[in-house]
Amino acid sequence: MSRLKGLPIPVLIAAGLGAVVLFGIPLVTDTFFTFLFANVAVYVIALMGLNILTGYSGQISLGNGAFMAVGGYTTALLVHRLHVPYLATIPIAGLVTGLFGFLFGFPALRLSGIYLALATFALALSVTPVINNFDTFTEGHTGINMKPAHAPAILQLSDEQWLYFLSWGIAAVMFIISWNIVRSSTGRAFMAIRDSETAATASGVSLSYYKTLAFAISALFSGVAGALLAIVAAYVNPDNFSLQLSLNLLVGLVVGGLGFRFGPVIGGLVVVFLPYYSEKIATIQFSSFSLPAKPDIFNGILLLLILFFAPSGVMGLIMRGFALYNGRRTAVRSRAAPAEPVLEEK
Amino acid sequence: MYLAATDPVTALVQQVVGGIASGAVYAILALALVLIYRAMDLANFAQGEMAMFSTFIAYSLITTVHLSYWVVFPLTILISFAGGVLVERVIIRPFEGNPVITLVIVTLALFNLVNGTAGAVWGYIQKPFPSPFPSRPLDFAGVFVSVDKLGVLAVCLVVLAAIFAFFRYTKVGLAMRAAALYPESSQLVGVRVSWMLALGWGLAAAVGAVAGMMIAPITFLDPNFMQPILLFAFAAAVLGGIESPVGALVGGVLVGVLLALVGTYIPGGQNLRLAFGLVVIVAVLLLRPAGLFGRAAVTRV
Repeated sequence: MSRLKGLPIPVLIAAGLGAVVLFGIPLVTDTFFTFLFANVAVYVIALMGLNILTGYSGQISLGNGAFMAVGGYTTALLVHRLHVPYLATIPIAGLVTGLFGFLFGFPALRLSGIYLALATFALALSVTPVINNFDTFTEGHTGINMKPAHAPAILQLSDEQWLYFLSWGIAAVMFIISWNIVRSSTGRAFMAIRDSETAATASGVSLSYYKTLAFAISALFSGVAGALLAIVAAYVNPDNFSLQLSLNLLVGLVVGGLGFRFGPVIGGLVVVFLPYYSEKIATIQFSSFSLPAKPDIFNGILLLLILFFAPSGVMGLIMRGFALYNGRRTAVRSRAAPAEPVLEEK
Repeated sequence: MYLAATDPVTALVQQVVGGIASGAVYAILALALVLIYRAMDLANFAQGEMAMFSTFIAYSLITTVHLSYWVVFPLTILISFAGGVLVERVIIRPFEGNPVITLVIVTLALFNLVNGTAGAVWGYIQKPFPSPFPSRPLDFAGVFVSVDKLGVLAVCLVVLAAIFAFFRYTKVGLAMRAAALYPESSQLVGVRVSWMLALGWGLAAAVGAVAGMMIAPITFLDPNFMQPILLFAFAAAVLGGIESPVGALVGGVLVGVLLALVGTYIPGGQNLRLAFGLVVIVAVLLLRPAGLFGRAAVTRV
């Protein structure tokens, strides 16, 4: 309780409202939207992973979609081939992917900035053909149909509601984990590396240890998200984990706000609902000339606008609003630092 | 075209020659990447998509406007050059002076934008793209090399030579080299550094357009067709030392030959070509981060 007292009232109100909304959504919306919001939780988890790597540690990754593929396929193969209960596969997928991320991070720790972006870009592009190539094991293009997850009978929920609460429950747990990582000495080491590798080294932060750790943690989160994605859809397919997924994750995170705790929540909404609504618009009209709208166009435009007008994302704007609100009486705290781009190159 | 080679050595030589031809395309796309990297320390992730868009423009000029290929080819290069300059002025310039990481994300936004626009205009169905060269094979002492492969190689060599000559022997080329190397000093002697960047983007887009038009007859045309090529071009640029134009050429040819051999002699290699691109990138960055020609970085283009 004493910890709660330290938090400002608006944060508590927002948290309370958030909890009410989260519990209310599956009760008031239809099956389809419940399903979409379950997907939001999945992407929130994935984005929290990306946030630790890119937002807090400053290591740009275009390959987190590949980590999600590892998690998704671990779960799908365990359920499909070995009939492991799907709930048990989630931690396994997290650990397997975490190990994969650790192994990939091992060479990657020697790369920084643009080279890391290149290597992870190559990783993201390689995933789909590699999965397709080993089709005797992974079923290739056809993908793997899993037995759909059913709600436990005692809960009296529909399957969609069960998946919704399951995803958001896991997202909440992962949120607390990521919050604790970020506010621990590990999190401070990550941010030190992001802000200046030289200064971090001079302060005794081991670059190789913390960069590899950031990769492993990020991959673990992505693996859990990938596992949940597979469970929620009851299906995996190599094309679900294309380069576009990795790009969508980055767009979501930048729009939400790199390096903000709640950035991934907004990012998750963007990743799920931007394609949904941009496809609904269906066509763009230029007087008599019309184009079928593609989500990628909106993705690109939104990303450019955010980078230009609000480089610290929607959360940056919200924090700036807060700072203005409080600023009348107290000096603006540097914590929000809204005016500066969050990602600083050394 | 696919004449079965009689003995393994001839087959090997044929694969190597084919690899050199595709490698030449990777080399010129890598050259486009190097142009932008040298000018602003930026890996342009949208380079492949820009080339894809240029190729689609050429496709429309050929199929809808019914122009001859030899009119379309230079016209597309000109349009791409203008497009590249425009992209730099409108999308990149507002972010000048931002951290490189922000610029990388900007190129990814551009990637999405161009890819989505092409998908909206031309759709996602694969289209055949004409080759200006016949696919008739020529017999070199038992080694069959098709004319189109030699044609691609020749075009790529001409492009490379033209770019080298431009930077070596023209005043604008000299100004561009100066702007990349010493932006402040160049400004003081009257070089418009910012416009040199735009020019660099224009050149890169024009070179990329050639790469797109050369590889499209082989790979077919759809909005995602340049993504693997971009990966191979990145591998080529990294292998050559990302700052070096000569490195881009050598790296491109090496990557082309490697991929041709992987595709032929490793089971499933055709599918795993992208993964081998990844392996090349990671291996080079681990073992020799400066690439083969990294030392030459002192003399900037």
